[in-house]
Amino acid sequence: MTPALEVRGLRAGRVLVNDLSFTVGSGETLVLLGRSGSGKTTTLKLINRLLEPTAGEVHLAGERAADLPVTRLRRRIGYVIQEIGLFPHFTVERNVGLVPRLEGWPPARTAERVRELLDLVGLDPRQFSTRYPHQLSGGQRQRVGVARALAADPPLLLLDEPFGALDPITRVELQREFRTLEGRLGKGVVFVTHDVREGLLLGTRIGLMHEGRLAFLGTPDEFRSSDHPECQAFMSAA
Amino acid sequence: MNLVQFYAEHSGEVLGLIGQHLYLVAISTSVAIAVGLPVGIALTRRPRWRGPVLGLANVVQTIPSLALFGFLIPLPLIGGIGARTAVVALVLYGLLPIVRNTYTGITGVDPAVREAGRGMGMTDRQLLLMVDLPLALGVILAGVRIATVVNVGTATIAAAIGAGGLGVYIFRGVAMVNDALILAGALPAALMALAADGLLGLAERRLAWRPK
Ligand SMILES: Nc1ncnc2c1ncn2[C@@H]1O[C@H](COP(=O)(O)OP(=O)(O)OP(=O)(O)O)[C@@H](O)[C@H]1O
Ligand SMILES: [Mg+2]
Repeated sequence: MTPALEVRGLRAGRVLVNDLSFTVGSGETLVLLGRSGSGKTTTLKLINRLLEPTAGEVHLAGERAADLPVTRLRRRIGYVIQEIGLFPHFTVERNVGLVPRLEGWPPARTAERVRELLDLVGLDPRQFSTRYPHQLSGGQRQRVGVARALAADPPLLLLDEPFGALDPITRVELQREFRTLEGRLGKGVVFVTHDVREGLLLGTRIGLMHEGRLAFLGTPDEFRSSDHPECQAFMSAA
Repeated sequence: MNLVQFYAEHSGEVLGLIGQHLYLVAISTSVAIAVGLPVGIALTRRPRWRGPVLGLANVVQTIPSLALFGFLIPLPLIGGIGARTAVVALVLYGLLPIVRNTYTGITGVDPAVREAGRGMGMTDRQLLLMVDLPLALGVILAGVRIATVVNVGTATIAAAIGAGGLGVYIFRGVAMVNDALILAGALPAALMALAADGLLGLAERRLAWRPK
């Protein structure tokens, strides 16, 4: 089966991101772990071409990303940015239904899809559809962000610290829910975090970024027992 | 002679001047929007032009209005005595607030929101129409309001180059040292400025998205 995402020899700038290669299968979650400034966000932006790679290739579900029109590529990749970036002047319903709308779905189908997704992320559609982002708590906003990324049923999800700015309890709650969601969705997921515990909980594989390179790539168990100094630094911080 | 009596005796003339005044302001503000909005948008796409364009618009703004009217008169096509020259001058004055507010409004949109839009596959056009303009609308309308209110005042000076409007009474009153006549022109102009300010302020509050 073609992987949801295949990255080969990806590079940006001279050292910003250097020689990244990995694949993410459907139903798999690759956690990108790394210190602040190690190139995690940059890597995600290279995948959906918010930044153009200086070398290397990205394949989305078997298609070369560079060959697709950039808007088409991005509509097939669910993306939750680090700051969430909900549209403040759109209701929850319009936020979540954005990509279907861009793709010209009939309104009834979009509305149905939005209800389904709000249910999926644990927000009652009757209560939340017509609210605006400023009328939501931080945790609810994160949920809307995830629902919005899932809207057009993309084969790949890029999540940039989606639970970053939450209190520890809400954070654990969302992590648990996401874990059960992962299995059901059957999508390729690239999940960026700098929280090792979160990474080990949610990742089927862990990629550790260090100064723009992938210093380690393996299963959570391999990560725990790795003698790579950067892995150990992270494990001792957990 | 009191004001009420004056208006009663000259009602036809007063209404005519008010009409001229409204015409000068409406035409010039519309043109300033039609030109200023695209220019402001273009500046956000070409930041390198920002300095020169806003600088030029600033310089125009500092030219005393009577002098600007005077400079325009000898110019071919746009110059001459009359309303056309006045409209050109008023357009020039109206441009700065509209260009500047369009630029500031759009650049003030949360970069995270724009990035989310781009990252989700909006085209440049969709980003402009669905994100940038709606979120900047309040600031843009504030620019339109400033342009309109300033032009209601500046348009009184248009009478000096034969463009008519309420300035006719003011200039005549100054020449005749007649306070009542000055007031006969100044009062409706002031009310017009207040009305424009109020109405556009209302539009700003009704149309523009704002948090909380
Ligand atoms: N637009 C840019 N131009 C040049 N350098 C950039 C740009 N954006 C980020 N960088 C640099 O690239 C490096 C990697 O940044 P990146 O945002 O990918 O880090 P990160 O791993 O996501 O960090 P964090 O955990 O803090 O979000 C940093 O050194 C940063 O300063
Ligand atoms: Mg980052």
